[in-house]
Amino acid sequence: MTSVLYDTPGPKAKARNWLYSAVFLVVLGLGLWWVLSTMADKNQLDADKWTPFVTDGEIWSTWLIPGVLETLKAGLIAMVIALPLGALLGIGRLSDHAWVRIPVGAFVEFFRAIPVLMLMLFGSALYVRFSDVSSEQRPLYAVVTGLVLYNAAVIAEIVRAGVLSLPSGQTDAAKAIGMRKGQTMVYVLVPQAVTAMLPALVSQLVVILKDTALGGSLLALPELLSMARQIAANYSNTIASLVMIAVLFIAMNFALTTAASQLEKRLRKSKKSTGATVDLAAIDAGAGGGAGTV
Amino acid sequence: MFDFLDSGQYDLLGAFWVTVQLTLYSAAGSLVWGTVLAGMRVSPVPLMRGFGTAYVNVVRNTPLTVLIIGCSLGLNQTLGITLGGGTFKDIGFRLAVLALTAYTGTFVCEALRSGINTVPVGQAEAARALGLSFFQVLTLIVLPQAFRAVIGPLTNVLIALTKNTTVAAAIGVAEAALLMKEMIENEAQALFAVFGIFALGFVLLTLPTGLILGWVAKRVAVKR
Repeated sequence: MTSVLYDTPGPKAKARNWLYSAVFLVVLGLGLWWVLSTMADKNQLDADKWTPFVTDGEIWSTWLIPGVLETLKAGLIAMVIALPLGALLGIGRLSDHAWVRIPVGAFVEFFRAIPVLMLMLFGSALYVRFSDVSSEQRPLYAVVTGLVLYNAAVIAEIVRAGVLSLPSGQTDAAKAIGMRKGQTMVYVLVPQAVTAMLPALVSQLVVILKDTALGGSLLALPELLSMARQIAANYSNTIASLVMIAVLFIAMNFALTTAASQLEKRLRKSKKSTGATVDLAAIDAGAGGGAGTV
Repeated sequence: MFDFLDSGQYDLLGAFWVTVQLTLYSAAGSLVWGTVLAGMRVSPVPLMRGFGTAYVNVVRNTPLTVLIIGCSLGLNQTLGITLGGGTFKDIGFRLAVLALTAYTGTFVCEALRSGINTVPVGQAEAARALGLSFFQVLTLIVLPQAFRAVIGPLTNVLIALTKNTTVAAAIGVAEAALLMKEMIENEAQALFAVFGIFALGFVLLTLPTGLILGWVAKRVAVKR
């Protein structure tokens, strides 16, 4: 295989690559050995710390599965609210009327600049003071509020970037056949922008799912990560339970990421797309910037 | 409304200073670690490429909160790793920097890799024709141009990192989010004032970063 950086390796380069591979393998092996021996010293490798995940169904039915469900629940509610809200804000930011564009722009830039954890804490305090949400329900409300405010602002930016990524000929053509601004947006621009921004939107869903973990550690939301302490308290296997929880998170997010890249490939091939795609990382760095990489 | 600030009970500047320090140390760490990862991912050695790819995919899909809590509960409390010891405060700070670096490095790596792709093939071919090795091509020809091309995306990573430092509150590092949590609990009557102050603090931290680095990105962009 060739790359920009190196030629197809000849016999000498192949031998050298083997040497580098061997050296790297030794380094990697030493690192792994150090980790495992440290863990063994503290009895973290004992079979009884790891086997419950296979042999004991209760660990799944009492903690892991309810944790996954709570994570998915918080994530899903936040997505369902944030998506339409973000779409509205994104279109509002593109409005020709300054009285719509400027406040919406300020709203989006403000909530993009604030860490999502602070929005969750603020939301929680709001519910304590101004509502009668019960204290069991409050963490979920607070987490969803924080996620919605932050991600709606990010999604608004994605939508805006999606619409702006379309060739200007699209608007010109719509104008030429006599469409009004609203019609241009609804019938011409948004449907095409959706295909351009779908991959970015799915990646944002991964961010939402990852952010629910904040609710577990700081707001007592019984989501997946918060189960670590409880499992460890029962089986005294801190590291094993953390590893298990990380694996579950990675599996969920990897499934979403893979779906996003498959979607992107299909959209790139399909003739309906303009070929334009919105890259999450490329969204303009305003005050907020960095379309959420928590 | 803001009279709770005069009581001297809350070290607002101190908390934001911890946030800034967390950001700076993690930014330096993740820049180095991300560059090493990017070098691995484009290297001719298949094993290194495999390691780089696996690391990036695994760590990027793990919530930062899991990493930080893992560092605290797993590395520190279970395995007894103290990263040089010191007080509880110092250890928590270093653990947070470790987790933030491990996490942010993957985003730096991906940004750099996309930057490497912006360098025209002809340049690397010319460098190879001069007899430069892979390492020389990478460090002398490709990376300097790639860095200039990715200042924009790296700015986004830096701003996201600034906001991500708040997650360190989960292991009790005394940064802005933890102080805000405390203040919201104690000063419930001034809720909006408290939130306003912390929001303003983050806008003041991220806005200049975006503006200055945006200007730098335009100045140093490679004209092609």
